[in-house]
Amino acid sequence: MKILAAMSGGVDSAVAAARAVEAGHEVVGVHLALSRMPGTLRTGSRGCCTIEDSMDARRAAAKLGIPFYVWDFSERFRADVVDDFVAEYAAGRTPNPCMRCNERIKFAALLDKALALGFDAVVTGHYAEVRRGSDGVELHRAAAWAKDQSYVLGVLTAEQLAHAWFPLGATPSKAEVRAEAEARGLLVATKPDSHDICFIPDGDTRGWLAEHLPSEARGAEEGAILDRDGARIGTHPGAAAFTVGQRKGLNIGYPAPDGRPRFVLEVRPKTNEVVVGPREALAIAELAGSRFTWAGTAPADADAGFACEVQVRAHGDPVPAHARVDGGELVIRAEQPIEGVAPGQTAVVYVGTRVVGQCTIDRTVSAVPASA
Amino acid sequence: MAVYLDHAATSPMPDEVLAAYTDALRLVGNPSSIHGAGQAAREALETGREAVARALGADPVEVVLTSGGTESINLAVKGMFWVATASDRRRTRVIAPLGEHHATLDAVEWLARHEGARVDWVELDGEGRIRLDALAAALATDPDEVAFVTALWANNEVGTVQPVAELVALAHAYGVPVHLDAVAAFGQVPVDLHAVGADAVSVSAHKVGGPVGVGALALARTATVEPLLHGGDQQRGRSGTQDAAGAVAFGVAAARAVAELPLARVEALRDRLVAGVLAAVDGAVLRGAPCGPGRLPGNAHFTFAGADGDALLYLLDASGISVSTGSACQAGVPELSHVLLAMGLSEAEARGALRITLGHDSTDADVDAFLAALPAAVAGARAAASAGA
Repeated sequence: MKILAAMSGGVDSAVAAARAVEAGHEVVGVHLALSRMPGTLRTGSRGCCTIEDSMDARRAAAKLGIPFYVWDFSERFRADVVDDFVAEYAAGRTPNPCMRCNERIKFAALLDKALALGFDAVVTGHYAEVRRGSDGVELHRAAAWAKDQSYVLGVLTAEQLAHAWFPLGATPSKAEVRAEAEARGLLVATKPDSHDICFIPDGDTRGWLAEHLPSEARGAEEGAILDRDGARIGTHPGAAAFTVGQRKGLNIGYPAPDGRPRFVLEVRPKTNEVVVGPREALAIAELAGSRFTWAGTAPADADAGFACEVQVRAHGDPVPAHARVDGGELVIRAEQPIEGVAPGQTAVVYVGTRVVGQCTIDRTVSAVPASA
Repeated sequence: MAVYLDHAATSPMPDEVLAAYTDALRLVGNPSSIHGAGQAAREALETGREAVARALGADPVEVVLTSGGTESINLAVKGMFWVATASDRRRTRVIAPLGEHHATLDAVEWLARHEGARVDWVELDGEGRIRLDALAAALATDPDEVAFVTALWANNEVGTVQPVAELVALAHAYGVPVHLDAVAAFGQVPVDLHAVGADAVSVSAHKVGGPVGVGALALARTATVEPLLHGGDQQRGRSGTQDAAGAVAFGVAAARAVAELPLARVEALRDRLVAGVLAAVDGAVLRGAPCGPGRLPGNAHFTFAGADGDALLYLLDASGISVSTGSACQAGVPELSHVLLAMGLSEAEARGALRITLGHDSTDADVDAFLAALPAAVAGARAAASAGA
């Protein structure tokens, strides 16, 4: 096959490309330029999007003896990932930009371009597995549970998965990947992992948002703190400063009737309101979203509902649940309460190790009714 | 089959130059040393400098050897600015056309950020030529405040030869010194310091088949620059041990390049290439000046409407053809050409740009191979552009 290896400059994508070469495919390495600031050098322990990363990717490709190019996706990335990230926050939601990048850049803009240029598949260093099952193409968790990235790939459709290959999916551990990189003489073998959002290099998401949110969404104006029944119980200095689950800094001045601490349950940037309540109200029993996709063939029992597990964070624990499509929404009822769920996050639905689908969370239902 | 049509990025070193270079690398002495070994190295160094001077229409004493075009340009731009402001604190204005090479743009912008320079960017016309009326207007406004004018002799991307004689005359009428960046022009058209009357002219060795890491600033006797590098005063305006072998190789390469002028053979190849491209590809537009004396003989530059530049370069490279989307830049990240934008193209028009530059070793077979590969590559790059949109 003719394979395009997306090479970030990190160890995972370098080893993934190496395995594609070793499997006998015709491989071309491509580094995605996602920013128009090519002069940026890495200062922390992160790895992607800098000039140094593109050089690391280039050196790895040279070691593998494959052609290497840097392709400019900066405009697409700005529009589909960065602007989306800002718009989601401005709407009071908590987006996952890595997911958007997989959905719209790596397995859309890049994949489409690759297919148009005669490639058969795009290879990345993600820890997940694409399997061809009886039911067509399937996405599964990686063997290395600690590194499993199936969550951020959960948004890929059958069409996208059909042209995706994750050669690291069956590898038991990251240590093994590093050892393989070392053995192959790849200089990135000991390069630190990237953790942060690549376009926020210092990791200060709040500070970055303060600079990039449109002024009306910055919520710098004073606004109401409401209880769960909608009664105004205090004033805050600006809704954007609050996140779901936050306890400190509310400064309401008098205790709740039951004397227990209050937590932020909801942030409403449009009305500049913050809703607070008891800790147990943070526990979510049900979540739903109208923007949902299936990672492969849609489940036959989608309307009737099916037993599954739901995961709401990249490295969160999956929770037993029941999912069904109802009224144009994917509705997921968790069998035990889930904490730390905010609209805008992605809920990925698994059956066993298989990713079945995902939705962007529009609304949640607390495990504890407001009147309780 | 490898087809190299990117001479403007760097030009292959002819055997004659390589032999002279490697022989000279065996020399032991430091040209500044007093002993015999030093004298031998000095002899080689000065022989090289004299050859470069002859090729540039300069006297040997006017040739400052540097580490390349970028250093030459930085020395001229910053050095002339510092001399001007030292003589008269009001002289902080720099006049430069849009569409200059980044060595000039970045040096001038550095002066603006750190040294209080004010910059008058002069517009280009649709063919990439400096608007002399706009230059005249900029000069006529408080000429006593102008430190210098700097301009490309010929544009490195689109190959348009600038009206340098007129430009120098306009500036000198106000007593304003002129630096010309002839990195792209040298070896393509006659570059003569004395004939053009400029105060400083920058050139680079590797663009004419010499080694990378060697260049020169031809600095008229009457001109001065404040040095960038301090420590030994080995040359006028530059410190640092001198590179005898580099000078020898540059001298041979420069003499060889200038002896081939005018580049009638290369120009004929280029003209055939341009005609072939325009005939074979719908939506291909030749950018820059029309073929003829207003354009560097080895340069062809096109935009292909609706084509993805990254994909175009990839497909041509996969066919063994080395060309460029414009000027090679940092980290290999292609950017939209600021030259094309300065010529008035829209971002969409500037996207599918391709620069093909021929040189001393280019052949009919190279042109044939390029013309054979191009139509499919453009078609593929157009498909990729619409797929990725």
